[in-house]
Amino acid sequence: MDYFTGIDLGSLSTNAVILDADREITGFSIVQTGANSTEAAEEALDKALANACIGREQIKGTVATGYGRGSVPFADKKVTEISCHALGAFHLFPDTNTVIDIGGQDSKVIHVGEGGKVLDFTMNDKCAAGTGRFLEVMASKLQVNLDEMGDFSLNAVGEVRISSVCTVFAESEVISLVAKNHPKEEIIRGLHRSIVNRVWSMLSTIGVQGSVTMSGGVAKNKGVVSLMEEKLGRAIHVYTEPQIVGALGAALLSQRKVQCTG
Amino acid sequence: MSSVKNLRYNFMKDLGAPVLMRFSSLRKKRHPRKLNPDFGPALKSTNRLKEIMTRHYFLSRYAEGAKPVAWVTSGAPVELLRAFDFYTFYPENHGALCGTQKMGPELCAVAEEHGYHQDLCSYARIDLGHYFSGKTPAGKLPKPDILFASNNICQTVVYWYKALAHYWKVPLLLFDTPYNFDKIKEHDISYMVRQFEEMIPLLERVSGKRFNYQKFQEIIYIAKETSITWGEVLATMKARPAPMTIFDAFVHLAPIVSLRGLPVALDYYRTLLSELKERIDHGVGAITNENKRLMWDNIAIWYKMRDFSDLFAEQGMNFVTATYTNAWAETIYYLDVNQPFESMAKAYSLVILNNNLNNRLELMERLIKEYQVDGLVIHSARSCKPYSVGQYDLRRLLMYRLKVPSVVIEADITDSRVYSEGQTRTRIEAFFEAMES
Repeated sequence: MDYFTGIDLGSLSTNAVILDADREITGFSIVQTGANSTEAAEEALDKALANACIGREQIKGTVATGYGRGSVPFADKKVTEISCHALGAFHLFPDTNTVIDIGGQDSKVIHVGEGGKVLDFTMNDKCAAGTGRFLEVMASKLQVNLDEMGDFSLNAVGEVRISSVCTVFAESEVISLVAKNHPKEEIIRGLHRSIVNRVWSMLSTIGVQGSVTMSGGVAKNKGVVSLMEEKLGRAIHVYTEPQIVGALGAALLSQRKVQCTG
Repeated sequence: MSSVKNLRYNFMKDLGAPVLMRFSSLRKKRHPRKLNPDFGPALKSTNRLKEIMTRHYFLSRYAEGAKPVAWVTSGAPVELLRAFDFYTFYPENHGALCGTQKMGPELCAVAEEHGYHQDLCSYARIDLGHYFSGKTPAGKLPKPDILFASNNICQTVVYWYKALAHYWKVPLLLFDTPYNFDKIKEHDISYMVRQFEEMIPLLERVSGKRFNYQKFQEIIYIAKETSITWGEVLATMKARPAPMTIFDAFVHLAPIVSLRGLPVALDYYRTLLSELKERIDHGVGAITNENKRLMWDNIAIWYKMRDFSDLFAEQGMNFVTATYTNAWAETIYYLDVNQPFESMAKAYSLVILNNNLNNRLELMERLIKEYQVDGLVIHSARSCKPYSVGQYDLRRLLMYRLKVPSVVIEADITDSRVYSEGQTRTRIEAFFEAMES
C-alpha cells in the first residue's frame, strides 16, 4: 500500500503524520524541534514510521509545512501551515468554518471554505502575545508543567486580571502577583483569559463564522479552550492530538498531489 | 545669498555633476547585475532617473549659500516655493533612500537614544537621527533656511517639523488643510488661500526675492502637466502584460515628489512614458509571465523592495497599481493656472490621506476594476497611522463587494526591526496558495 507523509516543522515541536491511500492516519509523532530543524524532521519521520510500522520506501510523497518547511530535505513540496491547518481541520471536522490555530510562536484565525480551502486568514504580528510561547514563559515562571496549566485553570475559584498582553510585561505582572500571594490557579486562569482576549481581537478583524475548530499545541490546554468557548458562546471542536492537525493537512495535500499527477 | 556660491552651484549643476556622475557610472558598469529570467528587459529610462536624482542630492552640497534651502513634506504645495527658486529637500524621500540602503534601524536608534519613541514615524526618526548624528547615504544634506510642512498627510509632520525648527533654528511654515469628512467646503478653500497669502512675505524675506505671479503660474502649469504625465505613466500598467511593475513606479516616483514644478521632472516622465508605450506596442512586459495582477496599499517597505519584487515575479504576479503611487496623479490635475491659489488649496487638501475613508474605498474599487486586479496586498505600516487606520475595514468591504482576495502584511516603511521575515513569508505564501486553488 502507498503512504503519504506530512511534516510540520514548528518553532517548538515538529510533528509528522502518515496517511494511507484511504486517507486514514496510520502513524504520527510529536518531537521537540530543538536546535537543528533538519534533524528534528528526520527524527519525527522515523518515529512516525515506527508508529505506523512501515518503512521509508513505502512513502510515496511528503509535504512540509510550518516555519521550518524549507529545512525538510526529503519533502517534495512546501505549503504554508495556514493552508495545512485549514485542510487538516476540515478533514477531521467537515463542518469547520473557522480554525483557530495557536502554535508556539504565532496564532492564526482561518476561514475555511468548501473542500478545506482557505477563504481568509489573519495572524498575530511580530510579538509573542497570544501564542504558546507566552504560556511557556509563564509556566516556567510559576514553576508548573505546561501540560498541567489547563487543570490549574479549571480548578481556579476566582481569577486575577492580567492587563498586559505583552509577554515581557505580563511576566513582571505575574511576578508581582506571586509576591502578593495570589493563588497560582487564579493567575493561570487570568493568563489564559489574556490569550483568549488577544486571539479574540484577531477573530474580530475577520469575523467568526460557523463551526470553530481549534488546533496547535495550545488547544491541548483545557483552560484556554473552555474560556474560548465561553467567549464564543458555543462548543469548539478539538482533535485528541491538536498538534498534528497541520501535519495531517500536509499529508492530505501530499496524497492529493500524488493522486492528481498519477 | 552669495553670488560666488551661486556660480559654483550652477557650474556643478551644468558641468561638474554630469562629469563626476559619468565617471562614477563607468566604474560601476564593471559589475553588471545578474539577469533574472522572471523579469523582462530593464527600463532604459532608469539610468536617466538615477542621473537626475543623484544630481539633485549631489547639488545639495553646493546649495547652502547659493540658493535658499527649504525642507518640505511630501504633500506640501511646493509650487509656491519654486516661484522663489528654493532648493528643496524632502526628508521623507531621504527616509525612503535610507530605507532602501537599509540604514533605517541605525538612524532610528539614534533618535530613540535622544528620547524619541519607537512608535514615532520612522521617517521622522531617521530625519532626527540624521540631525543628531550627521549620518546619511547622500553624503551631506543642506542646512535648511526654512521648513515647509503640510498636515494633509498626517499630524506627525507638525510636531516633527516643530522639532526641526527648534534644532535648526529656522522658521517653520505650516500649511493647515482641514480634513474632508465629506465634500470640500468653500470656507475651507478661502481659509487655505489666506494662508498662502500670508506665506508670501516670509518667503520673500527668506529668499530675498520678490514674488513673481507670472513665474508662479508657469510653475503651476509645469506641475500640472507633470502630474498628468505621471498619471499616464501609471495608466500604462492597465495593459496586459503591464510594461512596468509598481516596484518600478515606487522608484520612478522620486521626481514627482521631489522635483515637482521643475521642467526636469516633466521631461523625465515624457521620456519614461514614450518608453512604456513602446513596450506596450511590442508586447513587452515587466515580468515574463504575468498571470495574476495585484494592487498594493500603503507606502512601500523600502528595505524589502528587491526581495518582494523577485518573490512575486517568480509566481507570475505583477503589482499593476497602488494607492500610494496614484496619490501624485490623483488631485494635482485640479491645478488651474488661472486660479492658482484656489486650485492649489483644492488639489492639496483632497489628497487620499486628508480625505474620508469612503473616498478611499471608491478609489480602491475603481483602481481594482480599471487595472483588472486579481488580488490585494495591504501593508499595515507601523509608521504611517493615517494610511494604516481603516485598512481592515476597507479590506473586508472590498472582499465582500468585489470578491478580491487579499493579505495584510504588518511591517514598517524603513524600520526593519519590526519586520518578521518568517511571519511575512507565511502570509504571502498562504496568499499565493489561496490564489492558486
